[in-house]
Amino acid sequence: MTLTNEFIQQKLEGKFADQVSNFILHYDILTFETPVENNLKVLTFLHDDAELGFTYLNDLTAVHYPDRIGEELAVVYMLQNIKTSTRIRLKVFTPIIKPDVFTASNLFLTANWLEREAYDFFGVNFVGHPNLIRIMNVDEMDYFPLRKEYPLEEQTRIDKDDDMFGR
Amino acid sequence: MTNTEQQSFPGQIHELPSGGIVLSKLDDIINWARSNSLWPLTFATSCCGIEYMSVAGAKYDFSRFGFEVARASPRQADVIIIAGTIVNKMAPVLKRLYDQMGDPKYVIAMGACAISGGPFFYNTYSVVKGADHVIPVDVYVAGCPPRPEALLHALISLQEKIKSGLTREQIKTAKV
Ligand code: SF4
Repeated sequence: MTLTNEFIQQKLEGKFADQVSNFILHYDILTFETPVENNLKVLTFLHDDAELGFTYLNDLTAVHYPDRIGEELAVVYMLQNIKTSTRIRLKVFTPIIKPDVFTASNLFLTANWLEREAYDFFGVNFVGHPNLIRIMNVDEMDYFPLRKEYPLEEQTRIDKDDDMFGR
Repeated sequence: MTNTEQQSFPGQIHELPSGGIVLSKLDDIINWARSNSLWPLTFATSCCGIEYMSVAGAKYDFSRFGFEVARASPRQADVIIIAGTIVNKMAPVLKRLYDQMGDPKYVIAMGACAISGGPFFYNTYSVVKGADHVIPVDVYVAGCPPRPEALLHALISLQEKIKSGLTREQIKTAKV
């Protein structure tokens, strides 16, 4: 059985029905979403299922979507099946006022540091993480620098073309 | 004395029928010896470090000027070349390295980052805007990154500064 995107989608929908949604092919990688409280169930299934075998967490990061009211923060899991080199991407959304997401660090050891990084830069609160403290920035920092709450460029400067600098 | 002139041993030769004797000042001789054997600390924090490595390599070769004994411990080093960005988290480390170096000690700020924060000057949440906020700097080298020749020139400038015999404070307050 080759691990095609269709097969992965079928397996997930067979197991979780409408709890997994928005399957799209994004830059050649199958991407889908699940409600935030389901993240561990889906990850465990992807990890443990003999046919899927996504045993390696490539990367974990967060994204801030200021326009998605009530689900501003996304946590993105990049998973890989080592044997077939198949990769998939799982997204969960969480409100910025209470960004609680279950930790994946018991399932993937890599998640430990990656979740600390996502906490450091976006303030995602990984519930159950053994040591959720800042990893990159100074300990005294009292804000989350990669949230889109700050102007991209100094607003007083008129010598720069807005189109070029994403303002 | 100009840059290009050969720097000879400090002092004058006093000719006598039986040969010459050199008259000099001990301070000058110490500075001469010191400037020709500066041991740099192996320290680089980002891309400028690559140019620093190339200056250490065979093509540019800073051993021609007495800099070849790169030390991994600040306790054995005379000069720290800040080759790269200093972030807020690195600043206390840089200060500690500087404090651990034995006197006399010298600092070269290499590249735009070490001088002013460089490309990270605007709207940064993590970069120190100039290493001289943390430790005093003797020689600044402009560039992003500076060419190896520019670093060599900075090393030679530092040697001249030492040979001139003035301390940092004396240079600052000197009447030109
Ligand atoms: S000055 Fe330029 S080359 Fe040097 S560390 Fe900074 S960004 Fe890198």
